[in-house]
Order: sequence, then C-alpha cells, then structure tokens
Amino acid sequence: MSTSTHHLSRREFIKLGSGSTVALILGINWTLAKGKDVEKAPTLFSPNAYLSISNNDSITVVMPRSEMGQKIYTALPMILAEELEADWNKIKVVQGDLNQIFGSQTTGGSASIRTQYDRLRRAGATAKTMLVQAAAQEWSINPNDCWAAEGFVYNKVNKQKLSYGSLVGIAASLPVPKDVVLKNPQEFRIIGKAYKSLDGLAKIDGSLKYGYDFKVPNMLTAVVARIPRYGNTLKDFDSSDALKIPGVKKVASISSGVAVIAEDTYSAIQGRKKLKLNWNSGPFDELDSKTISLRLHEALKQKGTILKQDGNVDAAKIASSQTWDLTFEVPYLDHAPQEPNNCTAYIHEGVCEVWAPTQSPGNAFWGAKLITGFKDEQIKIHTLRIGGGFGRRLQKDYVEDAVEVALHMDQPVKVVRMRSEDIKNGFYRPASVHQVSVGVDSDGIPTYWEHHISGPSNDSSSIFTGGAENLAYAIPNQKISYVMTDLPVPIGAWRSVGNTQTAYVNECVIDVIARRTKQDPVVLRKNLLKDHPRHLGVLNLAAKKANWGSELPENHARGVAVHYSFQSYVAIVAEVSKTLKGKIKVEKITAVIDCGTVINPDGVHAQVEGGVVMALTAALHGEITILDGQVKQSNFHNYPLLTMAEMPEISTHIVKSTEAPTGAGEPPVPPTTPALMNAIAALTGNRITKLPLKDQLN
Amino acid sequence: MSKISFTLNGQPKTLSIDDTTPLLWVIRDYFGLTGTKYSCGMGICGSCTVHINGQPKRSCRMTVSEVAGKDVLTIEGLGVKGLHPVQQAWVEEEVAQCGYCQSGQIMTAVALLNDVPDPTDEEIIQAMNGVLCRCGSYQRIRKAIHKAAEEVK
Ligand code: FES
Ligand code: FES
Repeated sequence: MSTSTHHLSRREFIKLGSGSTVALILGINWTLAKGKDVEKAPTLFSPNAYLSISNNDSITVVMPRSEMGQKIYTALPMILAEELEADWNKIKVVQGDLNQIFGSQTTGGSASIRTQYDRLRRAGATAKTMLVQAAAQEWSINPNDCWAAEGFVYNKVNKQKLSYGSLVGIAASLPVPKDVVLKNPQEFRIIGKAYKSLDGLAKIDGSLKYGYDFKVPNMLTAVVARIPRYGNTLKDFDSSDALKIPGVKKVASISSGVAVIAEDTYSAIQGRKKLKLNWNSGPFDELDSKTISLRLHEALKQKGTILKQDGNVDAAKIASSQTWDLTFEVPYLDHAPQEPNNCTAYIHEGVCEVWAPTQSPGNAFWGAKLITGFKDEQIKIHTLRIGGGFGRRLQKDYVEDAVEVALHMDQPVKVVRMRSEDIKNGFYRPASVHQVSVGVDSDGIPTYWEHHISGPSNDSSSIFTGGAENLAYAIPNQKISYVMTDLPVPIGAWRSVGNTQTAYVNECVIDVIARRTKQDPVVLRKNLLKDHPRHLGVLNLAAKKANWGSELPENHARGVAVHYSFQSYVAIVAEVSKTLKGKIKVEKITAVIDCGTVINPDGVHAQVEGGVVMALTAALHGEITILDGQVKQSNFHNYPLLTMAEMPEISTHIVKSTEAPTGAGEPPVPPTTPALMNAIAALTGNRITKLPLKDQLN
Repeated sequence: MSKISFTLNGQPKTLSIDDTTPLLWVIRDYFGLTGTKYSCGMGICGSCTVHINGQPKRSCRMTVSEVAGKDVLTIEGLGVKGLHPVQQAWVEEEVAQCGYCQSGQIMTAVALLNDVPDPTDEEIIQAMNGVLCRCGSYQRIRKAIHKAAEEVK
C-alpha cells in the first residue's frame, strides 16, 4: 500500500489524469501543476508520475503494472534507476492504482518491459537532468560541469558532491525539460545485470500481502455458491440453516449465484455448505466434451475465414510428390493460479472502492461500473499483489461478484473463491481442432502448407489462431483459415494465448515432414529459416547447448521446436526417455530465448523456467472437460500440476542482443510442447496429435 | 464451541472456537498471520504447511482441536532471530516467482533439513513432491535446499 507522501502525488496525478498521455505529462511543468503545494517547502521532487525523490534521499518508483511473479517489481525500477543514476539501495516501489496518466495498465502480452522501457528511461533521465541543473544552480556553475552517479551530483570544478535528497527543493522549482538525453546502452550499469528482487525478503518471511490476505477494518468475508451449469439460473434457495452458523451475517442472491457473507472465512464456507439451492435448467445441461469435440471437427467442413493466403495450395498439392494430412486437437485449460481468485469491495458514501489482485485494473473498473451504475469518479480501483496470473486475472468476473456482494452490505466485503469454485468458473484456454495438409517435392522441400482451425466463437479468432499466420518457414504456397462454433464455455487468454495451440501444430508438422523425408529436424528448419536471423539465432544456440546430434543413452531421444511470439524468439530442445515400464520421462529441456535487450537476466531465466514448467504441465496432464453442462475438474487431484518428481533438468540461455527489449513471460510456453512431442515421436514412433499426453502411450 | 490452548510461534494462545475449524483459518483469520496460504483446501498442494511439534503438516486438513497443547510454527515464526538458512538460500537462489506457494515450500524444506541435514536429490523430491508451485520454481527449490544444507553443515 502507499505511503502518505504518495497519496499527495497520486491525488494530483488524478487531477491531471483524464485524457493525458504520458508523453504529454512529461512535457508539463509538473511542479507548477502542483499549484499550492509547491509554496510549502518541498520535501518531495516528483517530475513525473513514475517517481518521487524525498529530501531523505529515498526514491519511490510507482509501478504502473501488476506484479504476479514475473518480477517487473524489480525490472521496471531498474530501467528508471539506470537513467536516473540512482543509488539502487534507495529505491522503493509502490503499486500504482488505476490512473489514466499511465495509459493502459493491463499486464499481459508479455508487454510490461516492452511498453514501459522508453517511458521509464525518459522518466529517470528527466529527473536526473533536473537534479543536475539544480546542483549547477546551487554551485553557480554550468550543468555541463556536473555529472550524476549513484544518487549524487558531482562538481567537476571543485570536486564537491550533493545528494539527490539535498537537491529536492531546487529541483522541484525548475521547469521540466521537454527533451532529455538518454544514456548510450554501452554505459548501462544496472540494465543487463542480475539484480535480486526488491521484494525477495517479503516473499519468504510471510509478510507479503496478496489479494487473499487483504484486510481493511470492519471487513467481512464471503463465498459465493456459483451457478454450476452453463445456461442455468437460480430458481430458489433456502438459507435458514446457513444463517444458523454463528458467524454468518447474511445470505444474498447475486447474478452469479448465492453469496454467504460472514465474519470470517470458515463461517462463510460452513454457511455455503448448508445452503439448499435449486437451479432452473437450461439449454446446455447435456453438453459434454465429446459433443464439443464432434462439433469442432464437424465445423472444419465449412470454408471459414481466411487469415493468410499465399500462392495456390490446391495447385501445389497436385504438383507435390508426397503429401500428408494431419488433424490435431487440444483441450480447454484452466490457469489455476496458486492463489484462487478473490476481490474486496466497499461501497460507502457514494463511492465504490475495489481492491483487486488484477492484471487489468481497467477491466475491474468496468466491472464495478457495470454493477453499480456509478459515474467514473465514484469508482476507485486499487491493484493488489497477485499470486499467479497467467491471463486469468484479466477477467472481471471475480470483481463483479465482490461489488455485487458489497451492494448488500454497508461494510467492506472480501469475496474469496474456494479452489473448486475457481477451477469450475474459469475462462479457459479454448479447445480447438486443427486440420493440416502439407506436401514436399521430390527433393523433400516443402511445397505448400494448409492449416484450417476450428475453435469456439470469440470477438477475435486470435485466441485460438494466434501465431498460425506467423509461420516463418519459406514455404511458397500457404493458406491459413478458421471457423468458429458457438459454445457456452467461457474462454480467455492463457499464457501465450493462441500460440499454445498453433506452435504445437506448426512445429509438429515440420517435424513430420523432416522424419518422413529423412531430414534432420534442425537442418530442415535451418534451411527454411534462412531469411529469419533471430529464429536461426535461438535455434542454433539451442542445438549447440543441447549437443544436438550427439549420441544419447539407449531409450533416450531429442526433439526440437522454435517459435516466435510476443516479439520474442524461443527454441527448445527436449530430451525424453522411456522407463522400463514404458513410461515417458522428460529428462532435459534446453531453452534459448532472444528477447532483445535484457533488463534483469535472472528474471528472464526464471520466466523461461516457469514457462517451460507450465507448458509441460499442460502437455502431460492439462485438460478441462465438460460433463452434464459443467466443468468436471475441481481441484489439483483431477487437474494436476507438474510435481518436482516429474521435473526435467532445465537449462536456459539468453541470446545476447542490442535490439529493443521485448518479453519473456509467454514466449517460452509455445515451443515447449512440440519439442516434447517431437522427442516422443523420435523415441517411440508415435505422433501425439491429441493433448494432453496422459497415458496415451502406456 | 470449545476452549483450546496451544503455542503459536512460541507464544501461548487460548481461544473459544468451534473445534472443527481448520487450523489454517484460525491462523489466518483469528491471529492474522497470513503467511500461511490457502490454495487447495484438500491437503494436495502444501501451500498451507506449518510445523506441529516440529513436523510439517497441512493446516487446511487439521482441525484446531488437533493442535491442543501442541507447538505450532508458521512462516512468521521462522527466522525471527535472523533469516533461517533455508530462507537465506531462497533469497540467494531467487526461488520465488509469485511467491504464493513459498511459505509452504520453505516450511517443508526446513522440516526436511531438520530430519536429513544433507539430503540427496531423491530425498528432496520425496519430501517436496507434494508441494505444488504453479509458477514452476522447482529447479530453484532443489538447488536452494542443497545450498541451505551446505550452510547448516
Ligand atoms: S491449502 Fe492445504 S494443502 Fe493445499
Ligand atoms: S512461486 Fe508462484 S506458485 Fe510457487
């Protein structure tokens, strides 16, 4: 939560906020905009919305995005501190609440570093320039005779130095420069170095507060018995037994079900168990995964919408010397973050205040607005720490539950989900079916590529087609198309979105071509990627680090995959083995990423490790199925996560690059699954075309 | 409602409570110690692990009456006189991603090292296998446990 000094500047940000872009704000004389506050002796210098420096030298960086394990809590301040020439030990971070001054605050698309890099550099450089100017004024010398380092401005003439804190008063009175000079990347002393997390201690001593741990005075806790089947509605309910639980304060029906509001979590859970609920049946009560799969397969008969068309695939098919037709299918997947969804809301004096562990405070805002009908200025969104997001917290369903429950009470209420409710009420990675036809000429060179994708209806097809049209291989005739089918199962972005499915398909198909034409899978890829140096960069390094082609013990095999997503490039080499009982074991994953300029290498390594584990979990076990119009899975016993015993050795490598920084959260996920499946094909001869692997080979 | 007494992080506590209440909610809601996490509520994930008389236990599957007269240690009670070597190793290896599972990981690892001061990979896997981490920090957990074992030696 914020410190009191920060409330001051934050309130001012809001005054200035509406409609402003950050570029504009940096051009504003921030100190003048502060009006009266400046007339008091300034103890704080805040040239822009991202930072303030106090007269005790402490530097507060306001984080405009959400932290959920991707460590931007450290990486974003590193960018700012670099240009500010700050003393890293003086940096503190506060979470920025929803504020238009920051532009989009949605944390997704592996975009935090990519989109904030320039802004934070400029924010830091602006402050540094003003501090240097303040010092020059103090010493009555030319600013060119000063330099800044480690939180001090130095005087070239008389060798004196002044700390940033001591310059706060003068700096705050200076106009904010329009243009500032950024550092030459070769002079970076923070960016590119492995930094320990600023919140590292709080994560291991129990002190870090996540949404689930949030508390305000007088707060109640609620759980919601949500409507279990798609398309059902609440018929009636009997709350008399629930209300007999001593801690239960109220039972209220809301749009998503029936809420039990209590003084503490366990009373709410007990009350929920005592509810007698009756639902009106709906049109999907018979729906199951089999029917969904049939409908998705059936839809492939439609022509659909074309995403990409190059050359003539029909003619190329006839001219090819060999062709293959393959069908792949992937299931729904839940995000299942370790911290179940939750949100706290309080409606008081015409204000709706929301505290949400959200990846999208903007979406939370719309949720609150939708439920309350309040005006914009009556809604306040506070972003809380997230215990794993992976795309799930982009949704606003859990915010709406909390706001609706809060409307029934004149106290703040935290609405928490139990694990089963959380898994059953997901916004899943969509299930999809992929029909691929490919061919080669007599030299084994691919001649055409036809990919027809069937998935659930959505505003954008990219949720299941994303990445399909980015096929980098030099294949002359390409046609990529999709069809949509209306299904009631909610879908949403799941770590790397459409790429989770299209990379699996693309990279398995290339492997099929390599194997059937007896070409080395790495060599074939290299031949087809000649015009894609960054694809080649990760592929070559992965092959080298994994000793591709070197001999392996008996019953071991390797598979490879390379994929571009979210402006980053990742290649994976997977090594698998077969146990005596015929079980597949993932032995080793070699992962190489090119995500441009790296801010905190250790953070990138961690994201690659995490992405690989999430992909392996999905490839081996992940499956949400529908039975009788509802999700069958309810907890980690039937929606298992990878365990330590199943962990391969993961070795991660970063391609050195001076390109603009991109992202690392999602890109490692897509190529992991096909690398694994290609290794399994190499080992067993079995091509896995339906995920997850589960016990298909046993 | 029963009157139940136990020791929490070295301090004697007595409370009047429905004795079927899971220890997890007593720790979190009554004593405000939120370092112990709820994640599955079914004894599957280990995020809620605490020590009862030195043994790692899943507090979501234990009623408060089961700890009557016993010593309960939570993450907040660990390393009060400076970081525990396991916590230190966790910081050095940058184990935590989101961090939500890490109290449970650390409490389980501390109990392992109390029993087996220098565990092999197999012993680590055996002890840690049921403690889930959705973020996928397992490789670093294993490394950090070896590092802490070195430290304890
Ligand atoms: S919350 Fe207790 S084991 Fe998962
Ligand atoms: S660090 Fe996020 S669940 Fe383990």
